[in-house]
Amino acid sequence: MITYKLIKYQWRDAIRSRWLLVYTILFWLATDGLFRFSGSGERVILGLLNLVLLLVPLVGVILGTMHVYQSREYVELMLTQPIHRKSLFKSLYFGLSLPLCAGLAVGIFLPFLYNGALTDHLPSILMLIGVGWALTFVFVGLAFTIAFRHDDRVKGIGLALGLWIFLAIIYDALVLIGLTVFHEYPLQTPALVLMMLNPLDLARVLLLLQFEASALMGFTGAVFESFFGSLKGQIIAFGVLATWAAIPFWLCQNLFSKKHF
Amino acid sequence: MITIRNVVKRFGRQSVLDSVSVDIAPGNVTAILGPNGAGKTTLIKCMLGLVKPDLGDIRIGDTLINGGGEYRHRIGYMPQYARYPENLTAAEIIDMIRDIRGFPTDEDTELIDAFHLKAEWNKPFKVLSGGNRQKVSAVLAFLFRPDVLFLDEPTAGLDPRSSAILKDKIRLARDHNRTILLTSHILSEVQELADHVVYLIDGKIRLDEPMNELIRVSGEANLERAIAARIYTEAV
Repeated sequence: MITYKLIKYQWRDAIRSRWLLVYTILFWLATDGLFRFSGSGERVILGLLNLVLLLVPLVGVILGTMHVYQSREYVELMLTQPIHRKSLFKSLYFGLSLPLCAGLAVGIFLPFLYNGALTDHLPSILMLIGVGWALTFVFVGLAFTIAFRHDDRVKGIGLALGLWIFLAIIYDALVLIGLTVFHEYPLQTPALVLMMLNPLDLARVLLLLQFEASALMGFTGAVFESFFGSLKGQIIAFGVLATWAAIPFWLCQNLFSKKHF
Repeated sequence: MITIRNVVKRFGRQSVLDSVSVDIAPGNVTAILGPNGAGKTTLIKCMLGLVKPDLGDIRIGDTLINGGGEYRHRIGYMPQYARYPENLTAAEIIDMIRDIRGFPTDEDTELIDAFHLKAEWNKPFKVLSGGNRQKVSAVLAFLFRPDVLFLDEPTAGLDPRSSAILKDKIRLARDHNRTILLTSHILSEVQELADHVVYLIDGKIRLDEPMNELIRVSGEANLERAIAARIYTEAV
């Protein structure tokens, strides 16, 4: 109950903030722009796919670390109130991630609505938003874990950005090099494992399976499709993505519970 | 009454509190003083439950502080730098704390009127001046008539009139037998308000005396010189 009360006030704070407005407008402008330039709903969704995979994690890690550092005095003050640490932690986590999820949904949903393309592409839009939400929870959790472990904010933000660069860019390059080097060996199982170890790759696979465009988008999508077929692949990928969100959440909740403020 | 017994706290290899034992009596304003890095903030944070001691016990009344949060119903805290969600108004911030505490009916709203805070009531916290933020913080510290008050540099940033109002409020709380802990770098203010002085150096208590006794024994007129004289004398 206390958690809900705290989230309510955090939510009220977030919806009046500039960062949420900018985030929402960014997705709204991007979706609207894609409609104007590409015309069809399918192309808009494919364009948004890359934007969601790039921007949602980046915003999640930056705002996640900043939120922890800026809330330091607030946390100290709230911990002198009769509340449990876990309640306060949940309010910080969901007080950031839920408004981000709402901003993403509104920014994407509205242009589809007034362009009359909502009903035709509803499953794909929901999948896109769903994956965006999952990535929000994953990367806010990872950012919180880094920020609660490192009191030095320059170091924390640097590490969070480094993690994003690694998962968004370097990881795929390393996987590609590995697959090329060992191309004579059966690599389907290692490729699947490597995919699951990166939430961004998992999210990409989920979306590609939904759009049935996996064959166009490289080895990872093809492997997933050939192994699991669309529905099974999606269920497994979503399950692992949910685990990716749950582990940092659990980790930083424990860190928060024991932390000296 | 706050009872602190053999509290030890280390951060890595650095000993911050070294077997600290002290009693903080009700009906007194007790100042916790010391040079930078002496351990006074850590000691206060241990009492507030923000830092867990490695060893030792801290009791507020009969309640042993061991991670539970219920005892904080009895605590009022005024930090040196108050920060709340910046887009909430002063009214919403106060409502948030009221909400958490279940909207107690017996509230002390005297400071809201005394500080003329109603004019700032519906402004976002981020546009409030430092002094007005302090006033909101003071209101919250006293609002629920706590048995124990922690006041960290309470008059910092306040104008002379508001500072005087707050000092009167602190004295009134003392007269109502509340336990009040004060930290301040303005020793003239400490001398004006405090009845008892606890002085820490390197995590150990070097002085634990009533104010008038400290001043009398040292033969000095002000607290600053009295502390210097006492510590210098003991060191020699």
